[in-house]
Amino acid sequence: MTLQLFLLLASALFSVGLFGALSQQSIVMVMMGLELMVNAAIVAAAAFWAFVSPSQPDGQVLVLVVITAMTVEMAMGFAVAIAIFRASDVDMTDLAAELKQ
Amino acid sequence: MSVTVWPVWGVLPVALAVLAFAVTAAILDSAAAPSGSRRLAATVFETARLLRQPRRSTPAPDALLWRIGTAGPLMVALLMAVVVPFGNGVLSNLNVGIVWFNAMDVLLWALWWLAGWGPNSMVALVGAYRFLAQALAYELPLMFALTAPAVAAASLDVTDVVAAQHHQWFIVQMPVATLVFLGSVVAYSVWGPMSHPVAADLAGGMLAEPTGIDRLVALAGRYALLAVGAAMAVALFLGGGSGPWFPAWAWSAFKTLLILAILVGVRRRVPVIRAEKFMTVAWTVVLPLILLQVLVVAILAARDASGVM
Amino acid sequence: MELVIFLAMAVLAVSSGIAVFVVDSMARATFALAVSFIAVGVELILLDMGYLGIITILMMVMEMAIMVVFMIMLMMNPGGLMPMSMFHNTRGSWLISLGTFAVLATGSLLIPWPVREGEPPADLTRALGEAIMGSKMLVMIAVSAVLFATMVSALVLSTSRGRYDS
Repeated sequence: MTLQLFLLLASALFSVGLFGALSQQSIVMVMMGLELMVNAAIVAAAAFWAFVSPSQPDGQVLVLVVITAMTVEMAMGFAVAIAIFRASDVDMTDLAAELKQ
Repeated sequence: MSVTVWPVWGVLPVALAVLAFAVTAAILDSAAAPSGSRRLAATVFETARLLRQPRRSTPAPDALLWRIGTAGPLMVALLMAVVVPFGNGVLSNLNVGIVWFNAMDVLLWALWWLAGWGPNSMVALVGAYRFLAQALAYELPLMFALTAPAVAAASLDVTDVVAAQHHQWFIVQMPVATLVFLGSVVAYSVWGPMSHPVAADLAGGMLAEPTGIDRLVALAGRYALLAVGAAMAVALFLGGGSGPWFPAWAWSAFKTLLILAILVGVRRRVPVIRAEKFMTVAWTVVLPLILLQVLVVAILAARDASGVM
Repeated sequence: MELVIFLAMAVLAVSSGIAVFVVDSMARATFALAVSFIAVGVELILLDMGYLGIITILMMVMEMAIMVVFMIMLMMNPGGLMPMSMFHNTRGSWLISLGTFAVLATGSLLIPWPVREGEPPADLTRALGEAIMGSKMLVMIAVSAVLFATMVSALVLSTSRGRYDS
């Protein structure tokens, strides 16, 4: 259970999430990819705290803030998805360019 | 009063005890039914009937998610019981026991939804959505009601909360938190006034489609959740096993049965509250009250701490 | 023993993460993501961060239960009864994500990370609580302002009256 193992896990989760965020057509599936990437950030932050500087609480506070950031991202993402859906009855990222105006 | 931590194989007796309390709740429930024959034996007969019943299914269900949803509540009750002290012992004096209990009752959000989604049935899915609406309403007050005894005992360990009540039971200084906690136990067990997700206007909602052993496990899960919730309320607010003359486990059992009888009896006395109406009341009335309660508890705890020094 | 649990949870986290984009049913995809988060929560508990691990499990299961409502509402094939594939630019995404994994993995294996300094405090939860209430209080106040802004903007965006005042 070394730092390298945890970082490998975080890299794998980040890559899977990146694949999802880039390749999915639907907004909510892109958000699932983003969630996986933030998941990877949580693992990495926790591992760095535990293996590099466990005496300071900064790492734990970072994990808390990352979880909060994920919640914020999810709430805003779903609100925007609902807004897009109401505006033009679609939920595809390809067709969301109309929101620019 | 020192707490003994039971060994790992104590999981089995604890599970049997939870099931015993669940059966007691079922017997109390059928005994409270309006007049009819075989009231006390109804539990035995219903269990036998469900064990013999062939399993009916719906077209194109999601069998994996359905089984997880119906078996889940009983598993959650057993997991919750891991941190609940009984008498002078506990299975695990986890130092974040209150947070563990909270996490386990949040698992019910997913499990009741899965029980509604699995059978591919309209009434079940509507029931699942009603449960999510109800869960949004009670979850914040429940979290604050769990924070109050933690603040008063200056610890997230349930055994510390029990030990901190040797002077005065917490129900005296936090009655609002006690009521909110008991109300949330009723709500996450989808029981009585909070049984809108399984109401008759939905033909049973999430409990309409399961048959046979699935139905037995789901119903047992509901009673087990009520039982473990009552035991936790005793530990958090009613002083655990404290009391004169009798041993601690007897007092714990007596108090748990008393709270369990109240929780079971409330089904026949209070009408079903609709989930959307409940949401309004919960966020505009209950949430400010429980926040004030936590404020009062925090002020009392700070005064006690500074008084000691 | 800890290493066995760690490896099992790591495999579970990554495979359920992959399952999110592979399964047909949207409900299964959402709860595969929930399983991935639960595995990460167990990893945090293995690092002795009991409070944060349990909080991760709590919050993520709650968020997945809410997310599944949106998935069922917005996705075309919630039950997975028809196999369908909703990808675009699949090959490009594969290349980018595999390349990213290669870079990150090489980095995490080859970079000389600093040596651990200091010991973890005896009561991690208390240390975290004192940090939040003490030295990191300003961070928490900023986070609360952000959360409040999120609540207001999410409500404005999603209310049926629309975000324009007419």
